[in-house]
Amino acid sequence: MDFYFGLAQIIGVHTLIGLSAYIVLLTGQVSLAQAGFFAVGAYVAGMLTVLAGWSILPALAASSLLGALVAGAVGFPALRVKGLMLVIATLAFGEVVRLFFFNFDYQVAKGGVKLGPLGGEGFRQIRYFPENGWTTMQVMLFIWLFVALVMAILWWFDRSRYGAVLRAVGEDELAAQSVGLNLTAVKVSAMTIGGAIAGLGGGIYAHYTTHIEHASFGILLATFALAYPILGGLGSVFGTVVAAIFVQGFLIEGLRFLGDWRNLLFGALILLAMNLRPKGFLDAPTLQWIRRLFGGKSGAA
Amino acid sequence: MALLELKNVSRHFGGVRAVDGLDLAIEPGQIFGLIGPNGSGKSTTVNLISGLFPLTAGSIVFQNEDLAKLPTHLRLQTGIARTFQNIRLFGQLTVWQNLWVAQNSPADRAKRGFFARWLGGQSGVREEISQLLEFSGLAHKQDELAANLAFGEQRRLELARALATRPTLIMLDEPAAGMNTEEIGQLRERILKIRTQGTTVLLVEHVMELVMGVTDRIAVLNFGQKIAEGTPAEIQADVAVRKAYLGGDA
Repeated sequence: MDFYFGLAQIIGVHTLIGLSAYIVLLTGQVSLAQAGFFAVGAYVAGMLTVLAGWSILPALAASSLLGALVAGAVGFPALRVKGLMLVIATLAFGEVVRLFFFNFDYQVAKGGVKLGPLGGEGFRQIRYFPENGWTTMQVMLFIWLFVALVMAILWWFDRSRYGAVLRAVGEDELAAQSVGLNLTAVKVSAMTIGGAIAGLGGGIYAHYTTHIEHASFGILLATFALAYPILGGLGSVFGTVVAAIFVQGFLIEGLRFLGDWRNLLFGALILLAMNLRPKGFLDAPTLQWIRRLFGGKSGAA
Repeated sequence: MALLELKNVSRHFGGVRAVDGLDLAIEPGQIFGLIGPNGSGKSTTVNLISGLFPLTAGSIVFQNEDLAKLPTHLRLQTGIARTFQNIRLFGQLTVWQNLWVAQNSPADRAKRGFFARWLGGQSGVREEISQLLEFSGLAHKQDELAANLAFGEQRRLELARALATRPTLIMLDEPAAGMNTEEIGQLRERILKIRTQGTTVLLVEHVMELVMGVTDRIAVLNFGQKIAEGTPAEIQADVAVRKAYLGGDA
């Protein structure tokens, strides 16, 4: 059973980083910086519980806050560029963060053992959960509590005027400006919220793996972050979680019995999925069908 | 005191003088027509007033405020709204949402707090948006995606979206393009109604039956320069205008 709980943990954390990219994608921005915010959150939360002895909740609050601050600070200059330039700029930022942690040593002796980040060796022994006797299931539920919370907030955004504004900016920046929307404020706000979600996800990730290192926060994670909302569809937050389950649950774990063939199939199946569902798993007609299924009225979502 | 005053406004793109030393004064409550052949600088003038690109020279003053330093979204806040020659709607938003996101006027800010304005649901503004939908004859389409509307409906929605910003001055860039006679008649009624509600109108248009029938005053552009200005009757009689644009014997 623990295997499935562990898998659910991975899916939960990946859903979080996917959701952090989702809100940024709504404004039409492609950001490869989400893995960087995730890394900041992971190291900050880990250092706070291990070195400063904080409890998990305040540590996650701090990692989320710092993720938001860094994202806001990156957002201001980065969002002045568009399209491919933004992709490169955010990619560069992500690499800067990763290389920073590759060189980051901050070890403190605790009870005869040196703890803390040690450059390329990574940051081991983030043992808050085992030390406090949490079972795998409890950690899994804890993670999904946050996933549900973040999804609820984003779902609420989607139904509010703010959600419509994010999509309006994503559709046509010129028209958005001409109805009085401040593009910079809208984009930076989305980036900041995305940073908060990524920071939170990173903080959780550090604690369930207990060992983080720079290599986990590279371009691959940044690509996954973008892949979930795109694969799932930008019509609804639920698409991102469906895609995270598909990729992490089915493609990566579910096909493990195929051995080396899995890696071949992985790419092929993603391509197939995108061809069959070009607008994502949960595209507009599917969402409308689901809404009717639950007796809601169609239209404005 | 003019509502909007352009003084010696120029905009050059490389060697092309799209707008060249243009003076315009639009009085409050006017319906002001801007006509001229293709490429004469009409749309560029609208773009300059809404701030899509900076002036090469000159000044634009709106309600005693110099617009030169104001970015586009703040110009709207002073009360300038517009539609586009090639319709620019938020296609994947519903008709209703298109109007909702446009509620950024100072009046809207004053009426609702930050949270109500950004994170509130649709119920808070139902009344105001219903009125706009009624005005544009789109009430039955409110839950449609804007991209799925017919061409004429899209034009009407874009006009309604501009009105949702509660403008003092609304600039319509060829609103009658592609419309049939009946639709043009409806558009004429709407433009007159907009003026009745206290909004000044700058109308850029090629459809002469609309321009001549609805405007109080007309300026004619040719090669970025104003070649004539006057009442519709004066313009129709103007020799230079007939030569450059209207056609017929000069």
